[in-house]
Amino acid sequence: MTQPVSDERQTNTPVICTAGVDGVVVRFADTLSEAANRAALAFRAAVEAAQWDGVQETSSSLVSTFLRVDPLVVDHDLLVNDLRTLLNSRDWYAAGLPEGRRLWRIPAVFGTDLAPQLAQAAAQAGMSEDEGVASLTATRLRVQTIGFAPGQPYLGTLPDAWDIPRQSQLTARVPEGALAVAIRQLVLFSVPTPTGWQHVGQTAMRLFQPEAPDPFLLRAGDEVQFTPTTPEKLHRMRRDPKGGATVTVIG
Amino acid sequence: MSEGIKVLSAGPGVTLQDRGRPGWLNAGLSRGGAADPQALSEGAALLGHSDDLPALEMAGMGGAFVAQTDLRLALTGAPMQVTLDGERLAWNASHHWPAGARLSVGGTVSGGYGYLHVGGGFMGHAQLGACSAHLSAGIGRAVQAGDVLAVRRDLGGPVGLALPVDDRFNGGSVRIVESLQTHLFAQNERERFTTTTFRRDTRGNRMGLRLVPPEGGFHIDSGRTILSEVIVPGDIQITGDGTPFVLLCECQTTGGYPRIGTVLPCDLPIVAQAPAGAPLRFRFVELDEATAAERKAASARQTLVKRLRPLIRDPHTIPDLLSYQLISGVTAGDDDTGEKEDKDGTVN
Repeated sequence: MTQPVSDERQTNTPVICTAGVDGVVVRFADTLSEAANRAALAFRAAVEAAQWDGVQETSSSLVSTFLRVDPLVVDHDLLVNDLRTLLNSRDWYAAGLPEGRRLWRIPAVFGTDLAPQLAQAAAQAGMSEDEGVASLTATRLRVQTIGFAPGQPYLGTLPDAWDIPRQSQLTARVPEGALAVAIRQLVLFSVPTPTGWQHVGQTAMRLFQPEAPDPFLLRAGDEVQFTPTTPEKLHRMRRDPKGGATVTVIG
Repeated sequence: MSEGIKVLSAGPGVTLQDRGRPGWLNAGLSRGGAADPQALSEGAALLGHSDDLPALEMAGMGGAFVAQTDLRLALTGAPMQVTLDGERLAWNASHHWPAGARLSVGGTVSGGYGYLHVGGGFMGHAQLGACSAHLSAGIGRAVQAGDVLAVRRDLGGPVGLALPVDDRFNGGSVRIVESLQTHLFAQNERERFTTTTFRRDTRGNRMGLRLVPPEGGFHIDSGRTILSEVIVPGDIQITGDGTPFVLLCECQTTGGYPRIGTVLPCDLPIVAQAPAGAPLRFRFVELDEATAAERKAASARQTLVKRLRPLIRDPHTIPDLLSYQLISGVTAGDDDTGEKEDKDGTVN
């Protein structure tokens, strides 16, 4: 049931798949691209606006939109038809980014015992440690999706050199605020977690604050640039829930 | 209103759980809630109240609790050793819990998660729309010695009832549907997966649990470069070394390891409750069959009360037999006046 409903397998043609008994995924590409990411964000907003019966929740991942449905209410074939009609109503790959986006400048310590995998990750990317840090801080990255853990961004896209795989063995635990790299992306971890990504930087950012009026700092579409700092300065920034980050509205 | 139960001691995995907090998936927060939602429905049926009230979930080990006021209690989920002021209590049953009486809940006999319900439900502290502790997200905390868990006013209902349940506490066979990457596994890998009897590893928690394959792990060619995509509870994720993990209620919301299948929600309690070493087998079903199974399970949950029956007790083990009979007599005499003070109504 999970094979694509249509035979459209070429890049930039959306496919509809089931995810469990109560989920449907609309995937806009097999690989990450700017256009597919925009399409996933915009399509999710359109599904939310449609307010279909039995759709209980929606989310977007890097290149896909997810609908959680009540399988006892929703007829799967009818839902797929509705999704097809909505897909055909416009060119989702040409969609703009969400409004109210912000630029975050986030201090991070690269390497040292706070982020012990910088050297090996840089080596896999064919760089020295210094070159690695320069590369990771030169680029303005976008929050392509929030996921895995509460408020946790996937940031991209990094230069080709960072197309390095996840580790086959998990790191048992990286701390809150850890910055980790794989497959041309950075993840900024919002809770301590095991991971297959390589821990190259450490921030003092608290991305999820359950008691705060607005519990989640970052939103999909926001932009992020990291600035190198020292362990001593980072330690002082831990008193700030934003971890010393500055934020400006960009559109 | 602030009276409830005093916690004298608690195991490391005792938390308040309700049906979780749906609606935050796009912010990266999974629903959480009871690891075995079926146990919430069973407790609600036993106490005659709504099944979205918080209960105390006890992972592996319970604790010692004293009622500060007269309460009703129900025990569901993984059976655990339990006594009330030294007297053994039946599991999957409802009981009186007089003020000052000490409830001692030990380790699980089988299964992983036992549940303590009180009439009226625990008060809890709602955050983002639910009381459930979601420890991996940093919401709430585990219950500790010294805590007082406030209980909402009990509108009354029965005690002395038993609810027979099917065994879901020793592993078994569970149904799965194909998932986002099932087709990336070769046919013979899928067949090997469904003909394998796995053992639940000792590593596991509310986020998910590891399966031990008796032979080698499972692989696809492009296993480590799949784009991160949505994860749902029940997904069976194959990590880089080929080990399957079944994701549970408190799982991550996205993941980049391939999913070979997804456990049906109505069968997921069998996985969540499987104790370390228990056998687990997986069988693919089509979406239509899965939907029918969900419909049947939902119907069974809604009619749980029909399966209630009087708790059979050996009179010799009831030290206050006379008072039980007295209460029954009083209740019978009040029948004309409706349900007032039904709080003490007891069937046996």
